Amino acid sequence: MSISVTHISKSYKKVKALQDISFEVKPGELFGLIGPDGAGKTTLFRILTTLLIANEGSATVAGFDVVADYKKIRSSVGYMPGKFSLYQDLTVEENLNFFATIFGTTIEENYDLIKDIFVQIEPFKNRRAGKLSGGMKQKLALCCALIHKPKVLFLDEPTTGVDPVSRKEFWDMLKRLQQKDITILVSTPYMDEAALCDRIALIQHGKILEIDTPQSIVKHYPKQIYNVRANNMYQLITSLNDYEHHHSVYPFGEYVHYTDNRTDFNPKDLIQYLESNNLSEVEIAKTVATIEDTFMELAK
Amino acid sequence: MKTILYIVQKEFKQIFRNKGMLPIIFVLPLLQLVILSNAATFEVKHIKFGYIDKDRTSTSRALVEKFNASTYFDVLTNFPSEALASSAMLKGEVDVVLEIPHYFERDLQKEKYNTLGVTINAIDGAAAGVENVYVTQIVQRFNQNLKVELLQVSDQQIQPITIETIPLFWYNETLNYKTFMVPGILVLLVTMITLFLSGMNIVREKEIGTLEQINVTPIKKSQFIIGKLFPFWVIGMGLLTVGLILAKLIFHVPMLGSLPLMYLYTSIYILVILGIGLFISNFTETQQQAMFIAWFFTVIFILMSGLFTPIESMPKWAQLFTEFNPIKYFVEVMRMVMLKGSGFMDILPQLLKTLTYAVIMNGLAVWRYRKTT
Repeated sequence: MSISVTHISKSYKKVKALQDISFEVKPGELFGLIGPDGAGKTTLFRILTTLLIANEGSATVAGFDVVADYKKIRSSVGYMPGKFSLYQDLTVEENLNFFATIFGTTIEENYDLIKDIFVQIEPFKNRRAGKLSGGMKQKLALCCALIHKPKVLFLDEPTTGVDPVSRKEFWDMLKRLQQKDITILVSTPYMDEAALCDRIALIQHGKILEIDTPQSIVKHYPKQIYNVRANNMYQLITSLNDYEHHHSVYPFGEYVHYTDNRTDFNPKDLIQYLESNNLSEVEIAKTVATIEDTFMELAK
Repeated sequence: MKTILYIVQKEFKQIFRNKGMLPIIFVLPLLQLVILSNAATFEVKHIKFGYIDKDRTSTSRALVEKFNASTYFDVLTNFPSEALASSAMLKGEVDVVLEIPHYFERDLQKEKYNTLGVTINAIDGAAAGVENVYVTQIVQRFNQNLKVELLQVSDQQIQPITIETIPLFWYNETLNYKTFMVPGILVLLVTMITLFLSGMNIVREKEIGTLEQINVTPIKKSQFIIGKLFPFWVIGMGLLTVGLILAKLIFHVPMLGSLPLMYLYTSIYILVILGIGLFISNFTETQQQAMFIAWFFTVIFILMSGLFTPIESMPKWAQLFTEFNPIKYFVEVMRMVMLKGSGFMDILPQLLKTLTYAVIMNGLAVWRYRKTT
């Protein structure tokens, strides 16, 4: 196993950041930790990257124990913290050189690993890191985390605050890295990115809700979801919430995802009900569950 | 070794790219040296002097004339009464009031003895002390001249034996205050700059989050610390060099001792300061906190260093406390080597104490430094 976490718990004074977390990540896997802000994702990353010591439980990374063999872990993992943490007053090239040197390697030695990413920022290699755009900064940080050819890569919310195009590019890069035998543990608050992982763990309030492939997690969704639309979104949501048979009501883009708690649900009843509430242009259609629906259902 | 060199190189790059920091490191301290050395003097000039002459004789006028002739006193007014004199002092119009009693001349001739009243504004205690010395000196000199005039042939047998003291100020013959202030102020500058910079430096990496990234690398604690602190050691030595050149060129401070000895001591001394700086950055989370703690210690160290007030005049407990003050040793050594030409054996006690201090401070700081959070 590349990463193995068994019964890890961590609390800061009264706040329980992690409660009895266990999971395993296979070599070469792209594993996602999906959860809202404050779910405990960063704490878990800090434990696995040996920056923090857990109160209970044990964990291994690349076969090394996070407490006993922390030194070996530090030379075989790459870590990209959520907050941009390179030297803003050094240039792109200097940052890369700096990290290569402290890992006892050179840019040339592992150039093929970072080549795909580095060519995109190479035109700016003499620009100071602080002057780069958000997406460029992320690419540089990824290069720095990869420069020593790590076995395991930890990415803590790498795409937060990055534009959609750069996000897409970033995930394409991760997919390519995965083919070079690097195990990747990535955390994100974005549910749409979850579908790009091999397996995901849904995490909230320091507890893991479910671990599975994105496809199975969606399949486990117990109910039929309906897309509901009407002329007035706000009134639609309040009316649906007042409907006696409703199970869940979540706005989802231009639609509302609605589930009913009856087994013999007939959409016509609902249309009638909504029209009696002065809503017009009511549309109801079946749809498939997404990871977000699953998360909301589990987090209920 | 390569890693350390690279960190040192990176650190220098960052220092020289910080446009706001460069003048703070190099220009401000030297400005301070020039301004402070000219301003921080213990001489008191232009003392506002008033007198109440109740005698109005040639002797009393001659005494007042002595004060008038002195470059230290500006003779203001003859106050007709004590009440007017004290109200003038209350308003701050005079600093010193001399009261010459009735029958001053007559009593002097008859009884060979008299008393003068001197009132000194002691709001500034240090200045008052200096003024008192000046007044006493003038009155004494007047006394001696007077003796000759009053002496009559018949008095010869009973002339009292007087002992005169002629002071010689060794190592600073003219008591030029700049000669002893410049080495002291140079010490302050080297200390302040290296302490503040080293104290804030590692905290800065904490603040901007780069330390977290560094901590997940296989870099050794010692490599990182040496790499981070060495540039400030160099800056400290650089400051000393520029300061010594200014001292020689602008203030003509004598440099009797050996320069290598001064550099040897300073190189160890800066290690103490860097150790303290590192220690501070271990316990603080932001540059602001580090700044305040560093400032707190510098103020205590400076005021208790013997630079502005002599250590001999401090109470016993305070004197004991100054044993732990690195600035005290540095001031002592600088003055000894520069003004007295002391050699290696003379400053050995200070050197050993500083070395011990350096080992303890750095040991503590490195031991406290954690690569985890």
